[in-house]
Formats: sequence, structure tokens, C-alpha cells
Amino acid sequence: MADITAEAAPRGHQPATAAPRRPPVLAVGPLAWVRANLFSSWLSTAVTLALGYLLVRWAVGFVDWAFVNAIWSVPSVNGTAQTQACRALQGSGACWAVVTEKHRFILFGTYPYEQHWRPAICIVLFIGLYIVSAMRRFWRKELALVWLGTLAVIGVLMWGGILGMPYVPQERWGGLVITLILSTFGIAFAFPLSILVALGRRSRMPAIKMLCVLYVELIRGVPLISLLFMASVMFPLFLPEGMNIDKLLRAQIAIILFAAAYLAEVVRGGLQALPKGQYEAADALGLSYWQKTGFIILPQALRLVIPPLVNTFIGFFKDTSLVLIIGIFDLLTAGKTAIVEPAWQGFGIEVYVTAGLIYFIFCFAMSRYSQNLEAELNRHRVR
Amino acid sequence: MKPMRLATLRALGAAALVGALTSAPAMAQQPAPAQNAAATMDAIKARGTLSCGVNTGLAGFAQPDSQGRWTGFDVEYCRALAVALFNDAGKVRYVPTTAQNRFTALQSGEIDVLPRNTTATLSRDTSLGLDFPAINFYDGQGFMVKASLGVKSAKELDGATVCVQPGTTTEQNLSDWARASNIKFTPVVIERQEELVSAYLAGRCDAYTTDVSGLAATRSAQPSPADHIILPEVISKEPLGPAVRHGDQRWADLVRWTHYLLLAAEEFGITSANVEKAANDDQRPEIQRMLGKTGGLGAMLGVDNAWGVRVIKAVGNYGEVFERHLKPLGIQRGPNAQWTQGGLQYSQPFR
Amino acid sequence: MSDTAADPRLLRAPPKKGLRLSWADERLRAIVWQVLVLGVVVSIISWLVSNTSHNLEVRRIATGFGYLSREAGLPIAESVISYSPTDTYARALIVGVLNTLKIAIVGIILATFLGTLVGIARLSKNWLLSRIAATYVEVVRDLPLLLQLLFWYAILQGLPGPRQAMHPMEGVFLSNRGLKLPWIQWQDAHSFALLGFVAGLVLTVLHARSARAKQMADGKPRKVWPAALGYLIGLPVAIWALLGAPWQGDIPALRGFNFQGGLTITPEYFALLLGLVMYTAAFIGEIVRSGILAVAKGQWEAAEALGLPRGLIMRKIVLPQALRVIIPPMTSQYLNLTKNSSLAVAIGYQDIVSISNTTLNQTGQAIEGIAVIMAVYLTFSLSISLFMNWYNARIALVER
Repeated sequence: MADITAEAAPRGHQPATAAPRRPPVLAVGPLAWVRANLFSSWLSTAVTLALGYLLVRWAVGFVDWAFVNAIWSVPSVNGTAQTQACRALQGSGACWAVVTEKHRFILFGTYPYEQHWRPAICIVLFIGLYIVSAMRRFWRKELALVWLGTLAVIGVLMWGGILGMPYVPQERWGGLVITLILSTFGIAFAFPLSILVALGRRSRMPAIKMLCVLYVELIRGVPLISLLFMASVMFPLFLPEGMNIDKLLRAQIAIILFAAAYLAEVVRGGLQALPKGQYEAADALGLSYWQKTGFIILPQALRLVIPPLVNTFIGFFKDTSLVLIIGIFDLLTAGKTAIVEPAWQGFGIEVYVTAGLIYFIFCFAMSRYSQNLEAELNRHRVR
Repeated sequence: MKPMRLATLRALGAAALVGALTSAPAMAQQPAPAQNAAATMDAIKARGTLSCGVNTGLAGFAQPDSQGRWTGFDVEYCRALAVALFNDAGKVRYVPTTAQNRFTALQSGEIDVLPRNTTATLSRDTSLGLDFPAINFYDGQGFMVKASLGVKSAKELDGATVCVQPGTTTEQNLSDWARASNIKFTPVVIERQEELVSAYLAGRCDAYTTDVSGLAATRSAQPSPADHIILPEVISKEPLGPAVRHGDQRWADLVRWTHYLLLAAEEFGITSANVEKAANDDQRPEIQRMLGKTGGLGAMLGVDNAWGVRVIKAVGNYGEVFERHLKPLGIQRGPNAQWTQGGLQYSQPFR
Repeated sequence: MSDTAADPRLLRAPPKKGLRLSWADERLRAIVWQVLVLGVVVSIISWLVSNTSHNLEVRRIATGFGYLSREAGLPIAESVISYSPTDTYARALIVGVLNTLKIAIVGIILATFLGTLVGIARLSKNWLLSRIAATYVEVVRDLPLLLQLLFWYAILQGLPGPRQAMHPMEGVFLSNRGLKLPWIQWQDAHSFALLGFVAGLVLTVLHARSARAKQMADGKPRKVWPAALGYLIGLPVAIWALLGAPWQGDIPALRGFNFQGGLTITPEYFALLLGLVMYTAAFIGEIVRSGILAVAKGQWEAAEALGLPRGLIMRKIVLPQALRVIIPPMTSQYLNLTKNSSLAVAIGYQDIVSISNTTLNQTGQAIEGIAVIMAVYLTFSLSISLFMNWYNARIALVER
């Protein structure tokens, strides 16, 4: 802070006679900052020194492990990787060779090798979709069309079967793109559902209200894992004999139902935050329920819920990793399967660190965005 | 302004509806299994691909390689069936299944056959509505310990910590055996195999128990296999084989005879390299029948008569499959040798 | 507003309308809608149920909870109550529920503690401390919990084996078999002492209540702690001493393959606890921070102006107000922690999900197995919600 005040001090108005005096070193400038923020008291000094020591020690150890002693690739004989060099490290360095060797499997799973460009484009499309959705000037109703269009293109790319692209069944999809599909399709379908449920929960019709309350509380009361188990082993029993839904789609349905219950509470928060006058004014205009909801209430309420919506999305993005437990090849499962091969057994930490980094990049970007957005929206409101 | 917005809203609704309608059938584009269980084979032929349930990753039996292609002993059976039906080993959809959802997947018709190192037992045969047409791998449950522990027999394991996979026959065998031999142990139960193995390697457990083949595979994968010993006791019988739904004998027949084909081919010394020549030149009557020159056996199974040649050419005989996937893991033929070599693998005659 | 009610014209009751058979009648529309929606939901459910019962019959899958009384045959590594594989499935499931409770309760307590520390650290004037706390929160929140659990478990497995165990002090061993601590040999006297402690807790609460009532009456504050000390420590110790003061240490020692005796914290439990606490504490830290920030600065200043010491300000002025902001989101974090404990299945801690899952595998009865899991978690969720709602109502601002 001291820096800023020094910078901002008016410069042009100093009388020429008085030679500019430097402020005392310990009052402004980096030294003063250090004194005020790191060594202000005995306790603070002790904390700083202890933390600094631990931090440096840990950082040195990490750099040694991750870079200095690390092995980035290993030779391969007859298609089997020779990992003796990695084993010889005995954990003193990272064996990034496992990532070098398996990175395409971790990213794309069992998708046909020659067709990897298709999921790669899908990943780019997903990221593009997130970026477009993040820009406030695209917050229009047409955005929904953009979503529909992009998701359709992604579906076509992944399945193929037209335009000369060979058909690829869902069982072969895998890796990062599954994580993105499960979370993005999850939110895209859960969002409209959640709006209906949130409206239903505030409805004056007792039966509908009860249904919605029951749905939301039931789903929120159980862990996602039990829903996934349900999708995995119970769902096939629900369908008539002969009808059959793919495992990925079943997991997707479970995630949609789960996400909708949580999103419904977020949307309900937005609906409740609207001043009552808005409802009354709409009623006074003689608008019907759907007109009132569609033109007055939702456009305002949804704007309010965007930051918590992004946070909920981050949650689902992370939670999709639970499909590991029912054997779907998402990013984490692909990473774990990559180390099944005997040559690579025991290099779990390297794979976890890599998968963690990918998750972190996505979640960190989104959470930063949501924080900025919240601040921006609040500033607008305060003014 | 207002009508335009309304129009947008409607267009949006319509688009969403169209999207949902068009995507729904695409997503539900699933193997429609036979209404009556007797028509699995027709359903597979109509669909054009075989749905094969495999392990999510078990070295040697089924695991995806760096390029995402499934390989392994069990996978070869999927390929053999696909070749028998379609003359194309690529027409298989591999459905990774966990120990938990494998039977549901088979019962519901999501998969046609489950070659997933599954033990044939009475209760699975009856109350789960499955059939095990053939046993392609005879296994048994054993223990592996670190050599440094100095243990020579499983009887010495009293008080030990044992790594075991939950929800499998292995777990029940272990507690049955411990009770019978009056041994107390602490279990460590982890669902995923690779994690269980790494727990054992890290020393979390004193002993690791699973099928002997799995133990051998794990052992040979270690930088120095001599550090681990497999104890002599085999505490259970684990006949592993492909499972199909109960009640469709035609399909079960094809699965059974495809296995016998691989066995018989090995017995008669027919390999993927010499099968074409043998089909033309070999004068032994059983081989002529097996490879479709005479007898019309293929047609009886619902495939064409040259199926034997195609299957052997594509995947090789039982011995070749074994050599390719299990030998590198250090698994010996043992009980899986031909009956002529003193093993249990015995093909019924092609007649 | 109520003044206008004096106008007799406004006292008129609204016209009582009969139900008209017209789409314009709002009540009729409401009824039609509800009947329609309920009808759709009921028919979907009955369709699913009929499919299910047909499928169960065709596939010859057994139904009902009869399996609960059968012998389980599954080994369980850690159990609060005595258990052996010859016990029934019902008992195995109870063990699972208790194991879930064991992780959830300890996890909630530790996460609250660590979370509060993190929240306060983020507000610290020490730049390094607040930056580290902020980085911790950011990193931990942006990684999937499952990944963190696998990571911690992999780390804990890297500890030395039992024969090379770390041995920081007498009777304490840290190895990849877990943390071994000395414990006492449990006897009846200890159980009674524990009961005495619970009784002391009740007495303390009653005493505090009467003391407060007296203070309300005459304005004189009374000290509660000497009596509380007596109740909470004196009573159990007295009971224990009366019963002969049994004191036999149970020191772990390496015998055979493993450590025998003592108290064990297994790596599975520890990894799960570590993962859950670290993860939840990051969220709780943010809640605590925003709670403290939500208390207006004027409250501090006003309290300081009254000459109250800092500790008292925190305890009596700031914290009660911050708690009001903190409690509702904290409740959902506690619920999350409890639900997240179900990830135990991935690292081999045998909680209710893991055991029910194994049961489901052995019996093939998927519906019952999942119903058990859901029922258990719904019960937990409802209990935590009810308790926290009650507590929230107790500390809520009484608006006059």
C-alpha cells in the first residue's frame, strides 16, 4: 500500500526551491512493506521465519524431485518400455516418462488412436464454449443456441459415422473429454430442469411444491456415489426387457439429476433475492405466470445466480471424477489405468500430479473468473 | 420488442426440443438385445458388432495399451468371436466392467458375453441367471509374500495383514480358509487391483491374495521377482471362463466351440501361420471337419464353415494366445496345459 | 398500514367465488396442473416398478431383506464393535454405519478446528501467513477430493514397514501399518467412568443454566468453571477410583508380522481423515473469514470504547454475530463431509458404502444394497440438518 501512496503523490506542484527529500527508508518502500507485513512483532517474525524455512525446504525438495532428478523418457524395446532407470531412482526423482508415454491415453482414453484429433477438437470447442459463455457481452438468449450448436457439433465429432468419420461407440470414449462431457452436458441439461424445480418449489400448488421439495431434499441428502451406483447396477433393472441404455449415458443421467437438485437451490436463492416489488409490478401489469416468469423474474434472478452457478459447476467438474468407481474412463480413471501395465506399476504419484494439474487449471480459471464476476456484479449493485 | 423476444423464446424452445429429440435416439443407439433370449446371435449379427464385457484393466487378461487398444487373453476371445461372426476382429465393442456391475451388464443385455476372468460357481450359474459355456483358464487362489519375510507356508500367516479385493470370491475364500485353518488375519480391502498391488508392494500388507495367475503376473512385473515368493498352498478352485446369459443355447454353443476350436488347433499343431495350408492339405479327418473342408460343422453353429480357418488365422490357437499374453507375465501353463500334456484343457471332438 | 383497516370499505371480505369450469379460473388451472403432473410422475414410477419386478422375476434375482440374517463371510479390517466373518450381514452393515460415524464425527471436529485456523490465518497481518493460507485454500478447493484421497493414500504407503517403524517415543510407532499408540486395557471401571463423564456433562449444562438464571435475576455473574471441573473430571475419576482404579497399560509391541496391542489408526482411516479434513477445512476457512468480515467494524470500535478487553470482545460481541453468518453454510459443509466420506470405498476404508457394496456383490441384490446406503445417508443428513437448524434458531437474533 505504501508504494501506491508514494506513486500517487502529486508531482508537478512541488516548489522548485525545496529539494525533494526522500522519505525515510523504513516508512515507505519495499523495506517498510517487509517490516509492516512480515516482521511487525516478535510473534509475526517467528511465524515468518518458521514458514519461510519450511517453504524453502519444501520447494527445494520439490524441485529436486520434479526437475533435477526426474526422468523424462525411457527407451523402449519391442514395444515394451524399459523402466529400470525409473525404478533405480527409488522415489528420489519423478518418472515423468510415464506421462510422456501415456499422455495420449490419459487425455483420450481408448478412443481410436488415429482419430484422436476428434476428441482434441472437442476439448478445444469446450474451452471455447466456456470462454464465450464467460464474456458478458454474449450473455443473451442466443447464447443458449450457441450451446446447443456446439454440443451438437461435439456429439457429431465424437460419434462420427458421417462426413467420412468412422463411427466410434461410447465405450471407446475416454480421458479428459469424458470429464468435460459429463460436466458440461450435465450442467446444460440440469440447468433448465433446475429452473423448473426452483419455480416449482416456490409454487403455490401444494402437490407440485411437495414433489419438488421431495426431489431436492432426497437427492441432496445422499452422496453422488450412491446415485452413480444406482445408475450403474440398478438402472438396468428399471427398464423394460430388451431396452438398454449405455453406461456413460446412465452416469450422465445420474449427474444431471444430482446437479439439478443443487442448481435448483442456487436458482431459488436468486428468486428469493429479487425484491417483492418486481413480482407485484408484474402482477399489476396483468402478465400471466409464464410471462411474468420469463420476462421479469428469470432474467433478473439468473443474472444474480451466475457466480454461485460457476462455483456449483466447479463442484460438478471435480465430482465427475467419481465415475472412477463405476469404471468409466474419465481423466482420473484413464490416468489410473495407464499405470496398470506392469512396466509402469508404482508411478501413481506422477500420474496423480499430472491429472491434478489439469483439474487445477480448469477449476482455478473458473474460480478466478467467478470471484472477479462477483466483485463486478456487486460493484454495479452498490453504485 | 416484446413480440420479437417472444419469438426468440419460442425459437429457443423449439430448438431445444428438436435438439433433445434428435440427440435422444442418437444417444439411445444401443444394442437392442433380443426380446427372447434365444436370439442373441441374430441380434449381434443385425447390430454388426459384438459387445464384449472386459475388465477395466488387468495385466495380461484385458488392458488398454498406450494407444487405447484393448489387448489381453480375455480380449482375444472377444476377437475370436467377432471373427467367427463377422470375419473382422475389429467389430467388437469393449465394455469395461467392474466387479460390481459385470453381471448386471450381462443380464440387461448391455453386453453379449463376459470374458472377464469370472469364476464359475453354482450360485452364479443359477441365481444370477448366467451360463459358463467353457472354462478357458483354470486358476486357484494363492498367497504371495515378500521373500524377506521368511515365510514358507500359508499356515505361518497367523496375525498377518492380507491384501484382498472386496466383493469377489477371493474375499470369501480367504475368510473360509482362515476359519478352517484357525488363522487370524487383518484384511486390507481395496476395490481396484492396481491399488491393491501397490499397497502390497509398499508393505501395507504382509501377504497379497488373489488368483495364482494374478500373483504370477504381479511378481514377474517386479524389477526383481525373486524378492517375492508365491506360497505353495492353493486355497480354492477358480475356473475362469466367458459367461453368457442363461437360456440362449445357440449363442452359448458358439462361445463354447470357439474355445474348443482354439484348444483343438493347439492339440493338432495348427497355428495362425500354417492354418491356411492345413485347411487345404491336411488329410486328418477331424482337421478337415474343424477347418470346414467337410462336415458342415460351422453351419450347425450358425456361422459359415470356414470359421475355423478365419479364427485361427486371426488370433492363433490356445497356446499362441497364452504365449502372447500370459507367458510374458511369467504364468506357466500348469493346469492349463493340454490334456495330452497332463493338463486340464480338453477339447471335445469336432464331429 | 394497519391504520387504513379502520376504513369499513376495506374490511369487506373478498367475494367468494365458486369453482368455475373455465380455463380462466386460476384455481381450476392449478388443480388441473397438479393432477397432470402428479399423474405423469405416478405413472412413470409405476412403470419403472412394474419393469423392475418383471426383470427381477425373469432374471431370478432374489428380493427382500432376508439376506440380512445370513452369514456375511466378509472380513472387516476395523470395527468399533466386535465382529467376525461368521456374523450376519446385518451386523456387518452396522459395523459399516459405525465406521462412517467414526470418520464423520472426528472429521467434522477436526475440520472445524483447522478451518477456523485457516480462516483466521487468511486475515492475519503477516503477509506470508495469509498468502500461504490463501494458496492452500485455492489449491485444495480446485482439486477433486477423490484425487486428493488417492494422493494421500499413496503418500502414507510410502512410510517405512513395521520393522523399520518410526519410533518417536515409548509406545508410539508410525509405519505403513498405521499409527500405533499406547492405550489402557479397557475394563468395566472405564466404561462406568465414561458414563460418569456423560452425567457430568449433563450436570454442567444444568448448572450453567441455573447460574445464568440467577445472574439474570440479580445481575451478579457467577463462576461456572469450578463446578464444571468437578463434574467433568472429579466425577469420572471418583467412580474410577471407587471401582479399584484399574490401570494397566496396553503398549503396542512388534510381535510376528504386526504390532500387537495398543490403539491403531490405520492408514486407510488416516488418509480418509486427512483428505476430508484438508478439503473441508478449505471451505470452512472461507466461511469463517467471510463471517468475521461480515461483522461491522463499528462493533469492534464500540466494544473497545466500552473498555472491554480484546478476548471478551471476540467472545461476547464479534463471535456471536459472526456465528449467525457462519452457521448455515457450515451446516452444508458438515453434510458434505459426511456424504464425501463415502469416497472411502476408493481407498479401502470399510464404511457403509464399501460394506453395502460388497454385500450387494455377494448377494446380487442391488436394490436392497443401494436402499440401505441411501437410507443411512438420509438419516445422517436429516439429523445434522435438524440439529443445526435447532442451534441456528437458538442463536438467531431475536427481533423485537
